[in-house]
Amino acid sequence: MSALSPTAPRSPARGPLTWLRRLGGGALLKVCVLLLALFVLVALLAPWLAPQDPTFGDFASTLAGPSAGHWLGTDKGGHDTFSALIEGTRTSLVGPLAVVVFCTVLGIAVGLFSAWRGGWIDTVLGRVLDILFAFPALLLAILAVALFGKGLTAPVLAMAVAYTPYTARLVRGLAAQEKVRPYVAAYQVQGHSAVFVALRRLLPTIMPTVLAQSTVNFGYALLDLAALSFLGLGVQPPTPDWGAMINQGQAAVLDGQPLSAIVPAVAVVLVVVAFNVVGEHLGDRLAGRES
Amino acid sequence: MPLLSYEDLSVLLPGMARPVLDGVSLSVAAGEAVALVGESGSGKSVTARAALGLLPPGATTAGQVTVDGCALIGADPATVRAVRTGKASMIFQDPRAAINPVRRIGDFLTEALRLVDGRGRAEAEARALDLLAAVGLPDPPRHLRQYPHQLSGGMLQRVMIAGALTADPRLLLCDEPTTALDVTTQAEIMAVLRALQQDRGLGLLLITHDLDLAAAGCDRIYVMYAGRIVETATAAELLATPRHPYTAGLLGSSPPLHGAPERLTPIPGVPMGLLESAPGCAFAARCRFARPGLCDQSPPELAPVGERLVACHLADSILSEVDR
Repeated sequence: MSALSPTAPRSPARGPLTWLRRLGGGALLKVCVLLLALFVLVALLAPWLAPQDPTFGDFASTLAGPSAGHWLGTDKGGHDTFSALIEGTRTSLVGPLAVVVFCTVLGIAVGLFSAWRGGWIDTVLGRVLDILFAFPALLLAILAVALFGKGLTAPVLAMAVAYTPYTARLVRGLAAQEKVRPYVAAYQVQGHSAVFVALRRLLPTIMPTVLAQSTVNFGYALLDLAALSFLGLGVQPPTPDWGAMINQGQAAVLDGQPLSAIVPAVAVVLVVVAFNVVGEHLGDRLAGRES
Repeated sequence: MPLLSYEDLSVLLPGMARPVLDGVSLSVAAGEAVALVGESGSGKSVTARAALGLLPPGATTAGQVTVDGCALIGADPATVRAVRTGKASMIFQDPRAAINPVRRIGDFLTEALRLVDGRGRAEAEARALDLLAAVGLPDPPRHLRQYPHQLSGGMLQRVMIAGALTADPRLLLCDEPTTALDVTTQAEIMAVLRALQQDRGLGLLLITHDLDLAAAGCDRIYVMYAGRIVETATAAELLATPRHPYTAGLLGSSPPLHGAPERLTPIPGVPMGLLESAPGCAFAARCRFARPGLCDQSPPELAPVGERLVACHLADSILSEVDR
């Protein structure tokens, strides 16, 4: 009867970082996960962490190098780069988060409906997604800015729409595969409604793969939004944002004080790479699980 | 009025050369155990699934299926649901595939009662415990908390049977309930099914490819070939004197349980696929009695021969010669 006893395999050593070991993967993955955790923490605690008000222009020291007063120097407006970096984490992460949440929910709705109904509905939705695929996310976002004005809201919504096809297609494929499994028929035979079976029983089984895709999407959305802010179409100064900071720092690069542009650029690269590494790892692990 | 009746049911799938089901008529009375026997691809599973409104998408149908007075072909979702929740339920072939592997046995057994019927958790669990005991599982309270992967195939099939009985159906459709199990477990599962069927007066339709299993567990047998019923009789008669060459062929190609094993005589050829069709008897190409000019011209109708029904042009003339 030992085979029947519900004992989960446990790793012998248990500490605060056990979850990190469980994650598997190499050192790179662990560094990336910790990095993301750090950025999230910074974003949550930004107002308490920032040593100075990043919107305050200290005209006594503009374009300064690192000093005790300004750890990473200042830009040409005299804003403290370190504080702006910290406060900017918040806007820089909230934008992509909104995009990803929105496109995941919408993608699941469209993909699940399409796979469940099949037939001509599936075909029509598939073609609509094809058309959406043709629009680059950044282009749609710029269009939204042109129509609704600068800021975060319009581009985030536009990009959510542009990212939806990726999630929707993935969900549709997975759900179509899962739908023909006997357990789905068994649920139907028990008299459960289609909505219940699709949302409460089928969706959870495909959710891990969808979340892996959303993780990768997060990195791309962050990159696109930073690009938009860099072009001056996204977040507007004085609200601190990495993309906007790079934009502001352009002149500083020419003046020989490139730190105020390089710091936010490095932050963008770090977060995007970290999200990609984690997303890929999740995807690989799920692929291994299914084979 | 039989509990389950198929009246001339035909099912055509898009892109197929012949109907999956071609004029199937079949009935199961309340309290009766009936078997539907045929090879893989003969359409027996589609027959069973039609009784629960589970036909493949895009299927065109003719005829009717009635479960306890509810017509299912062309029925609205409410009727289909009414049949699924109170009148009929199904036992699937592979319990490992048909029970959601990521949820507990207790969820599988109580969800229908709690979420569809709106009963309380305590009531649903009490019922699940009763049913687990009724299907002969040793430790019901523990099984409720277990996951499907913690049970053996035979135990899991018992769970599936218990699950099929939660809503107190009058009709049980069993789609090859023992095919995924080993032989000793097969016998146990059949015994459980038979006992439950008799205790509760259930109508039972057993889908199987095993004639001996069908004869052991059922009162009447329908034999299906290429989407058509070719012979039907009581289990004893069918086994003793098969009248359709296909039935005779099936019996001739299975080893006897008792006595010295003889050399088996297989049926030549392969079953007709869904992409092939024949103007005459679908079995003619494999039949050693087939007469050119007769059997390959028109499909034979199911006609009475003595006490039974046989669909063969030659049923009257030569089939007394059919030996095992």
